[in-house]
Amino acid sequence: MTEVLRRYGPVLTGAILLAVALWLALLVVLPQLMMIGFSFRPSLPPSKLGGPEDVFTVKNYLTLWTNSIHLSIFLKTIWASALVTATTLAVCYPVAFYLAQVAPKRRLPLLILMLVVPFWINELLRTFSWYIILAFNGPLNAILLNLGIIDEPRRFLGGDGGVIVGMVYVYILFMVFPLYNAIESLDRNQIEAARDLGAGWLRIHRRIVLPHAKPGIAVGCIMTFMLAAGSYAVPALLGGPNSRWFTEIIYNWFFEGGNWNQGAAYAFILLVLCIGFILGAMRLFRVGLADIAK
Amino acid sequence: MTAARLRRLLTGAYLVLFFGYLFLPLGIMAAATFNSSRFPTVTPWMGFTLSWFQALWDDQRMWAALGTSLMVGAGVIALAVPLGLAAALLLDRLHSRAKTFLYALMVSPLLTPGVIVGISTLVFWREWFGVSGGLFLTVVAQSSFIAAYAMLLFSARLERFDLVLEEAALDLGATHGQVFRRITLPYLMPAILSASLLAFLQSFENYNTTLFVRGLDTTLTVYIATKVRTGLTPAVNALSLVLIALTILGAVAYEILRRREARRLAGSAVALESA
Repeated sequence: MTEVLRRYGPVLTGAILLAVALWLALLVVLPQLMMIGFSFRPSLPPSKLGGPEDVFTVKNYLTLWTNSIHLSIFLKTIWASALVTATTLAVCYPVAFYLAQVAPKRRLPLLILMLVVPFWINELLRTFSWYIILAFNGPLNAILLNLGIIDEPRRFLGGDGGVIVGMVYVYILFMVFPLYNAIESLDRNQIEAARDLGAGWLRIHRRIVLPHAKPGIAVGCIMTFMLAAGSYAVPALLGGPNSRWFTEIIYNWFFEGGNWNQGAAYAFILLVLCIGFILGAMRLFRVGLADIAK
Repeated sequence: MTAARLRRLLTGAYLVLFFGYLFLPLGIMAAATFNSSRFPTVTPWMGFTLSWFQALWDDQRMWAALGTSLMVGAGVIALAVPLGLAAALLLDRLHSRAKTFLYALMVSPLLTPGVIVGISTLVFWREWFGVSGGLFLTVVAQSSFIAAYAMLLFSARLERFDLVLEEAALDLGATHGQVFRRITLPYLMPAILSASLLAFLQSFENYNTTLFVRGLDTTLTVYIATKVRTGLTPAVNALSLVLIALTILGAVAYEILRRREARRLAGSAVALESA
C-alpha cells in the first residue's frame, strides 16, 4: 500500500481507493450479500416487515424440493447446459488445434478475424437467426421436406431441442478462444518429437496436446456452462411453455409471482450451481484461479 | 490417395463446415429481410423487396429504444471505464496475496450469470436506497461487470508500461498530478478508447442483466426480443442486418487498430534490443 501512495501521491491514491471501494462494495459484494440475505426471509407485505413474522427461514429453498415441476426444470437446466458445454468442446477442439498448430501463418489473421466477427455480434441476434431457421415454415423444414426425410413440417421451436441447438451456436465462441489460446502456447517441437518417436495422432493428442490445453478447456467449459445455465435470451426466443429454463422460473418469481424473496433464493441456487461447476472444473483440470481469470 | 492428403482434405472440409455453421444462419437471417413475405423467412421466396427497411425507419418505438440504449451506453462508459482504470492502477502497484484476492473479487462478476447480476442489483438498491428499476439501475448493473472488462484491458497495457518514465518525472520535480496527466494518462489513451468501445458494445447488446433492472425502460436489445415474441415482421431482420453490418465494421476497425498497435510495440521492442 505504501508503494501505491509513493507512486500516485495522496490525492490520486485517495481517488483510486474510493473508486475501487465503491465498485466492489456497492456494485459487487453488497448486492450479492443482500440477495442472499433476502432469500432467507419470508415474502411479507410492507406493513409486516420487521414484525414477528419477519424471521430467518429456509422455506424459500424448500420450495424447489417440494415443487416437482421446478425441480425437474432445474435438473434439466443442469444436464442441458452440460450437454451444450460438451458439444461445443467437441466441435471446437479440432478447429482450435488447427488454428493454433497447423494453419499457415499467412492465413491465420483472416481466420481469426472470421472468428472474432461473429463473437462481437449481439447474442440476441445470433439467437434470432436460429428462430428463422427453425421456424415452422423456415428453411430447415423446407430442406428436410425436399429431401424426403420428413413428410410434413415439424415444430422445432418451443422444445428443448431447439433451445439446446441455439445455445451451442450462441456460446460456441466462448469455447473456441480459450482453447485456441491454450493450444497456441504449446511448442510445436513437442508434437514433432512425439511423431518422430512413433506416436500416432491419437496418442499425441491424448498425451501432449490435451494435457497442455487443460487450462483452456477449463476456462471454455466454465464460461460455456455459466452462460448456458444463466441464459435467458435463448430459451425465451427458441423455447416455449414446455421447455422452460430455470432462469425463466426466476424471472417469473420476480415479475409475475411478485415474490422477490423466493426469486432471490432460486437465483442463489443458480449461483451456487455455477460456483460448484467452476470449483469442479478447477479440480478436474487441476488449474488455479490465476489460470482461469486471464 | 495418401494418408496425409486425406487428412488435409478432411481438415479442410471440417473448417468449411465450421465457418459455414458460423455464418450461414446470419446470412439466412439477412436474406429474409429482402423477402416480401410478411413473416421473416427465405422459404418460400415471395419476391425481392426493400420495404422492410422503410417499415423499420417509420417505427417510432424502435427509435425510442435506440435512444435509451445510447443513453445507457454513454452512462456505462462514464461509470465503468473510470472504475476499471482505478482498479487497474491499484492492482499494478500491489503484490502477492492482496493482489490475488482483489483480482479474484474484481473478475467475479464476469463468472456470475448475468441474470444474477441484475437480480442482486435490483434487490440491493430497492432495499437500501429505495431506487427501483430504470435507466440508472441499468447503468449500475451493467457497469458492475463491464468495469471488470475495462480493468483487464487497462491491466494488459499497464504491464508494458515503463515505470522509469514516472520515476524520472518525479525526480525532476513534477507533482503526482502532473505525472498522471502528462505521462500515465497519455500512455493509457489507446486503452481508454478500446475500453470505451468495448463497454459500449457490451452495454448495447446486454439482455440478461438489463431485463431485471430496466423497470419500464426499453433498450434496443430488449425491444428486439419483445418484437420476436409478439409482432414479428421482417422489419426485425432489417434492424438485425443494420446492427450486424455496424458491428462487423466496428470489429474489423478494432482488430486492425489492435494489430497495428501490436506491430508497433513489437517493432519498438526490436529497436530497443538492437540498440
